[in-house]
Amino acid sequence: MIRKKVDTVTQALEGIQSGMTIMLGGFGLCGIPENLISALAQSSHKNFTCISANVGVDDFGLGLLFNQKKIKTMIGSYVGENEEFERQMLSKEIDVILTPMGTLAEKCRAAKVGIPAFFTPAGFGTEVAEGKEIRAFNGKQYLLETAYQADFSLVKAWKGDETGNLIFKGTARNFNPLMCGAATITVAEVEELVPPGALDPNEIHTPGIFVDRIFQGEQYEKRIERRTVKYP
Amino acid sequence: MALSKNDIAKRIAQELRSGYYVNLGIGIPTLVANHIPKNIAIEFQSENGILGMGPFPKEGSEDADLINAGKQTITALPGASFFDSALSFGMIRGRHIDLTVLGAMEVSETGDIANWKIPGKLVKGMGGAMDLVSSAENIIVAMMHTDPKGASKLKTKCSLPLTGVKCVKRIVTNLAVIDIVAEGFLLKERAPDVTLEEIKEATEGNLIIPAEVPVVKL
Repeated sequence: MIRKKVDTVTQALEGIQSGMTIMLGGFGLCGIPENLISALAQSSHKNFTCISANVGVDDFGLGLLFNQKKIKTMIGSYVGENEEFERQMLSKEIDVILTPMGTLAEKCRAAKVGIPAFFTPAGFGTEVAEGKEIRAFNGKQYLLETAYQADFSLVKAWKGDETGNLIFKGTARNFNPLMCGAATITVAEVEELVPPGALDPNEIHTPGIFVDRIFQGEQYEKRIERRTVKYP
Repeated sequence: MALSKNDIAKRIAQELRSGYYVNLGIGIPTLVANHIPKNIAIEFQSENGILGMGPFPKEGSEDADLINAGKQTITALPGASFFDSALSFGMIRGRHIDLTVLGAMEVSETGDIANWKIPGKLVKGMGGAMDLVSSAENIIVAMMHTDPKGASKLKTKCSLPLTGVKCVKRIVTNLAVIDIVAEGFLLKERAPDVTLEEIKEATEGNLIIPAEVPVVKL
């Protein structure tokens, strides 16, 4: 049995260097690797290129990295919820590459499964298509998108075992499974780490082969970005 | 009287058919879920990874792991499923979604849509909108007919960066229901007590006014 368990977040991030490209799972603040982001924000490394659907809020999620000026290039999709990010973008302190969300997901998945590029209709006729190869299939126009190349994937799952198998919960799944195995090193943090055999193999979402290091997060805030409730 | 945002949603809800899988965008489109006709079986998809999305939770049962694409807490109805973002957009690009309703900053008379960026002012990002409009066969735009300054949002040609080309089929605004046809904006219905002249004035692109234009029924 191959064991992936590490004991601390420091061990989990061993080998991270300034200037690396890092994928981070999560949609909004849902399913983000909280412990890894905090550790990265406190580290001495910087000038990261980050790939993530969103950019967090001012004081949580990826916002912690923007506040510490850790990010040089941001590759994301929807960025409307973080003022510090917006300031850095408009003042051109950071480079921003906005990508259709389905394309971003597929570029992660392609990297994970050994597909170098794919055609998608998303963005045809828009500035997203500028400089990209366009080809028609069955009378419809598509653009060529390539797989991401990243050094680290940082993901968060609900449960995991010591061999790296992962189970996600609710909509916290989002980009996390797609980023597992999509970078040179994949680090998964989980709310509950169990011994091998404790998870039902029928219910594993991501097999351990896609995960290099796994640890149980010290604590989870799991902040809700927009608490909306039904009024009676 | 012009339609309220809620009325726009109510009118769009009339387009729902039993068996539809529906994706609702942020803003007015979200309100459509409040007006589902009785005896119709539909399911809502949210592109962050849920099919069978239910209403907001009761106070005290919010779950940080259960949100919609607008980052709001939601519930999952019986029969719901969760999935990753690649599969979610696979449902969209693979044309398994029957109806997409989204908001817009501008729509052109050829069906182009702009809704993600105002250069130099506002950059929200396209999120899933480009994937949605490039693939969906049935796209309805819900928006106000004019912007807050009174400028028409129904343009000859979009002035803002595009989200997609030749994709919008129908627009429901506070003033009218309009279809995109080869010649431009075809006026299908008008809001109660709104004159054809008012609609024409608020529409920059080519507006086709048929002999009879019924009033929107809510």
